[in-house]
Amino acid sequence: MPKTSFIGSLHKNVFAGFVVSLIALPLGLSLAIASGMPPSAGIVSAIVGGVVVALFGGSHVTIAGPGYSLVVVILTAVTTLAGGDYYQGYIMTLSAIVLAGVIMFVLGLLRMGGLAAFFPSSAIEGMMAAIGLSLIAKQFHVMLGVETSKKGALELLAEIPSQVADFIALASQNSGVLIIGSLGLISLFILLFNSSIRNSFYQRIPAPMWVLLIAIALSYYYEFTGFENPIPKTALISLPNSIEQLVVFPDFNFTWPIVSVALTIAFVGSIESLLSIKAVDKLDVFRRRSNASKDLRALGLATSVSGFFGGLNVVTVISRSSVNVTQGATNRSSNFFHGTFLVLFVLVFSQTLNRIPLSALAAILVYTGYKLAHPLKFVSAYNIGFEQLLIFCVTLIATLSTNIVLGVLIGALSTLVSHLIITRDPLLFFLNVFKPNVLAFKEPEEDTYFVSVKHYCTFLNFYKLQKKLDAIGYTKKVVLDFSLCRFVDHTAMEGVESYVQYYEKKGGLVEVVGLDTLGASSTHPFAVRKVGQNPLSRVLTRRQKQLSEMAQEYGWSFSAGAQQLTASLGPFVFFAARSLNKSYNKLVDAEQRCVIFDVEYSEGEFIAKEDVKCTVMSLQLKGEVPAFTLSREGLLERLYALAGYQDIQVPNHKEFNKRFHLSGPNEEKILKLFNDQLVLFLESNTVYHVEASENRLLVFKNERLLSPSEIKAMAYFGRELVSLIECNFTS
Amino acid sequence: MSVHPNSSSPVLFKKVLFGFAFSPNLENNLHEVFRVCRFLDAELTLLHVGACTEKKKADLSSLLDQIPDAQVVSEVLWKEGDPFQTIYDQCDLLNIDLLMIGAQRHEALFRFYVGSVARKLTRRVNCSVLLLTNASRERVACKHVVVNGVLSDYTADAINAAFFVGQRLGARQLTIVEEIAPNKVQVAVDDDRSLVKSLRKKHQLELREDERVRSIVSAVPASYKEGLSYRTQPIFGKRGYSIGHYAEISRADLLVLNAEKHTSIFKRIITRDIEFILSDLPCELLIIRPKKAQNA
Repeated sequence: MPKTSFIGSLHKNVFAGFVVSLIALPLGLSLAIASGMPPSAGIVSAIVGGVVVALFGGSHVTIAGPGYSLVVVILTAVTTLAGGDYYQGYIMTLSAIVLAGVIMFVLGLLRMGGLAAFFPSSAIEGMMAAIGLSLIAKQFHVMLGVETSKKGALELLAEIPSQVADFIALASQNSGVLIIGSLGLISLFILLFNSSIRNSFYQRIPAPMWVLLIAIALSYYYEFTGFENPIPKTALISLPNSIEQLVVFPDFNFTWPIVSVALTIAFVGSIESLLSIKAVDKLDVFRRRSNASKDLRALGLATSVSGFFGGLNVVTVISRSSVNVTQGATNRSSNFFHGTFLVLFVLVFSQTLNRIPLSALAAILVYTGYKLAHPLKFVSAYNIGFEQLLIFCVTLIATLSTNIVLGVLIGALSTLVSHLIITRDPLLFFLNVFKPNVLAFKEPEEDTYFVSVKHYCTFLNFYKLQKKLDAIGYTKKVVLDFSLCRFVDHTAMEGVESYVQYYEKKGGLVEVVGLDTLGASSTHPFAVRKVGQNPLSRVLTRRQKQLSEMAQEYGWSFSAGAQQLTASLGPFVFFAARSLNKSYNKLVDAEQRCVIFDVEYSEGEFIAKEDVKCTVMSLQLKGEVPAFTLSREGLLERLYALAGYQDIQVPNHKEFNKRFHLSGPNEEKILKLFNDQLVLFLESNTVYHVEASENRLLVFKNERLLSPSEIKAMAYFGRELVSLIECNFTS
Repeated sequence: MSVHPNSSSPVLFKKVLFGFAFSPNLENNLHEVFRVCRFLDAELTLLHVGACTEKKKADLSSLLDQIPDAQVVSEVLWKEGDPFQTIYDQCDLLNIDLLMIGAQRHEALFRFYVGSVARKLTRRVNCSVLLLTNASRERVACKHVVVNGVLSDYTADAINAAFFVGQRLGARQLTIVEEIAPNKVQVAVDDDRSLVKSLRKKHQLELREDERVRSIVSAVPASYKEGLSYRTQPIFGKRGYSIGHYAEISRADLLVLNAEKHTSIFKRIITRDIEFILSDLPCELLIIRPKKAQNA
């Protein structure tokens, strides 16, 4: 999609900002009320987030505003900081929010844009589910309009059946409760079944806005028909009448409880934002990369400003951002317009907003909570591996029974414990935890970057790999080699997959090799992988799947498992001088003349060095050729059995002689074979190492595993080479 | 450095000392040491620190009898005392150019590492050090030599020695690795714009490093370069770590590093570049430290 000018795309951004503000209004109101703050706090937060982050942010199509992850934290702060005095607690929480903004700003200055990568993804998922459950716990009774005396999230969850019973009992006597509760339930149903209502007019307005419209319409119905509104004033939201009342200033008196709330807000807010920024980058049609650190600074500034004017903290919000993208936003101005539309709404409709019952807003949060703690989340964690489900549940329970920060830390710790149990190799982790483990360099004479990861790759050290992959640039071709790794965890697998997508979007390519010999704990593509017995044919890696697709496409056969090497490989000196361990991932063409496979071998008498893994191709010819080896001039002479022979100079091909090293016992025959056609073909292709013996050719590129695209290129090279050499026989 | 003007290939290491202990790997190490000395045209001295018993003498001579190499001049010294101090003193006393030590193998981790005495020696001793990893009875050809081209006091010496040893051991390929610390780039990659900036800066640094290394290589005697092809490989990454990892994945047989000049207390508190490699040897390691006496 071509980029358009700022002015040219303005109308799109204004429209996207308008649609987002329709969602931001009900969400802002409900989040603020659920946080124990005046409803205006959410609006202030969304306005400040829209304006400040649009002006100073580093992302492109994100929307900033109040987020759901800190609702419970802030509610607890408001109710407990001043010992039960809600207004004083509110003022003190505002100062914590201002401080949290400063901390986030500092994190941004320290370039902690990659902070989210330090946490295992199952633990983050568990934390999100816990937040979802506590939202349901705190809001379910509000949605039904019944009272409760319980405080803890787990107690409240356990009480939900009796809340329903209370509601049924009360509703038959009191029409107010009936109307409030029914409105809440209807709102919840609208949100739940929003996507199944296939009406183009209905779908123009976002579901949360429908909830507000229905609630407001009901209130007007009572007013115009003259019936008395059965919903009491206390069950409606109350916005202040003037701007002066809307804005409350914080009280700066930092005590430890306030600082600890600030730290929690900064920590959780940063993680929520960074995860959202990463996710939104994948949606961006222009494939831009967000400057997460800069965005973090802007969010910090916005949080401080919002707290100063009595608002909630500001985070990047994923659901509003994705609506923004689907509505055609192209740059940060849509975030700005979402803020300005909210200002308009408040100025024009502030009295109308007072007609909204709390139960309708609570329904929005119950629905958000339901989405966060969806039962399928448990299933998908289990699909990745049983240990991921355990980590998920441990984090979930720890977060609900302690607090968010401690919960995530317990989740990270349990992930580490699971790694120790799975690998049974504590030394692997403890000896290498502070050492660098990633090497990246550009391969000579090619535009490919080679990235090798050693020891292990988990959430503990994924950021090191991430740094290298970020620094290469998403338009390049990268071969990511895990063959020196003994263990790769779920977080790393998922992270690598994100990079595969980033590179793909930008026209680059990340191909992963070396995972094929690591066993997986489940059939899920992101399952934990570790060095194991014979895992090759059980769960295919992406590379193996691509190879098998390639085999289908070409009408070849592919077998992943370890195989006996065929006797036909005997004549090659390359194999004679090495002790072969195993071969796997074998591709065979229809005529059984071309075989491509990975081999693992060790050099030297002892298994002193790491085993070498490399991809080779063996070709069968219809006649005999003189023995020769051909390699890139200057590259190490691999076949020292043939090393005694001089470099054969092909007459009239200076360039070829300069680039290639050709040797063999029978110079005359070899020169006859290397006619002009063959020399030109070799010159115009990537340089492969070719060894000929009797009627077979052995071809390989580098002494490493090749990626699927490299294998395709090699197969094509082999086919052409065979046809040229065989053409030579007949002539 | 001693250079024979008329010799086709001047000798860099004339006197070699091998400090040994009676370990299961001694036999292989002795084979390797004699072989290397033969290739380098060097005089060999074997030094054992510890009590000299008849049994040890008999064991050693039975091992030496198996080595079919009479070309290498050798003598055996038996000294008692603190291992580090004794070897250190003998290196000075005998005017040794190259000290050879066998690396130890961590059985559980399949890794080679350097023991505490050897580690101390590599840091302090006043000559070059060769750490042996996969010593073997039969010759395993040395094919690929990797040398550090990082800007330092002894870079030229290290590259010179790498060419010399590589050629003498019959290697075909020599790679000069220029490790460039990422902080040299001075641009943090945050988004697309800073990426372009950092790539441009990296390219400049690569060219500059290449230029510097090329001028060093051009000063290496032509006789050292015979039969050896070389190329440079810039790597952006942690100094001291990247070259070890590179040596491992490029299947190097010998890694040549230059020693660092000073070992102040301050420098030793922060992990020095060489420590990454000493704790996880990818292959045989030669540390070049020119002798003060020779330089004078």
